[in-house]
Amino acid sequence: MNRLAAFARFWWEFVIGDDWLAAAATTLAIGLTAALAHANITAWWLLPAAVAVILYTTLRRATRDHAVTGGSRF
Amino acid sequence: MNAAFLVLSAFLASAVEMVEALTIVLAAGLGRGWRSSLTGVAAATLTLAVIVAALGPALTIIPLNALRLVVGWLLLVFGLQWLRKAILRASGYKALHDEDAIFVRELDQARTATRLDGGGLDWYGFTLAFKGVLLEGLEVAFIVLTFGSAQGRIWLAAIGAAAALVLVAGVGIAVRAPLVRVPENTMKFAVGIMLTTFGIFWSTEGAGAHWPGADASLLGVLAFVIACSAAFVTLLRRQKLVSALVGAEA
Repeated sequence: MNRLAAFARFWWEFVIGDDWLAAAATTLAIGLTAALAHANITAWWLLPAAVAVILYTTLRRATRDHAVTGGSRF
Repeated sequence: MNAAFLVLSAFLASAVEMVEALTIVLAAGLGRGWRSSLTGVAAATLTLAVIVAALGPALTIIPLNALRLVVGWLLLVFGLQWLRKAILRASGYKALHDEDAIFVRELDQARTATRLDGGGLDWYGFTLAFKGVLLEGLEVAFIVLTFGSAQGRIWLAAIGAAAALVLVAGVGIAVRAPLVRVPENTMKFAVGIMLTTFGIFWSTEGAGAHWPGADASLLGVLAFVIACSAAFVTLLRRQKLVSALVGAEA
């Protein structure tokens, strides 16, 4: 069981990394793109926009400890 | 154009991982003896070959759109990890990857570890080299298989990886020292950008949406990812500077 847990943890860290919220948001954005595409609505713009927001958010979380109070955009 | 991107991406990603593997193998070889560490390298290479041989053909029988959706998701999640770390390094929030420092640390640990002989091999040296090559090689295999299969041309990605292997191993054998002059952090930034670009492109296509201009839009996605990354590096550098100034005044 321990080996199974270690195996699962290895793949989780390998693919998902230390910000699972970014991975979850990416999955959601791809799902939304699929939903729009299947409703015949132009959807190519969604993922690039989502990636910009996800990247901004994950960087903001990563640098939160360093941020100064007020004035910081991250 | 896609083919050139594919080969270049596989080459850069593989070269970065192989430079890291080389550092570990050198530390194992110099610290514990070459016989054990080279046996470790051979065993890891064999394991990787089995993984690639098992997964490669399996990927080619999955329908292309489903494959692009899964591969696109994987590349995007993986690419965002690389890009995040690269942006944090470029803006000074994360220490730069220093092969020289890693080599000194690994070599020191290898020299002081207890000797565990068995079957004519030193198992510490074997395990160190085996783990290093397997873990770094797994990333190469992952990138080559996903990049190649999403375009239905695994062999093109394999050419990029093979070129990186020949170059890094050749230089490694020639200098017998960690490749500290390789611009590893810049290469990691480039790999993060390419993984994210391909991830966006294939996920969108796999989800059933169509790019204006078809394959040519890959350049537009690339430009967008570069622009976003550069903007975030600038913003973070500015934030760090303000942070330092406020800290100095306090």
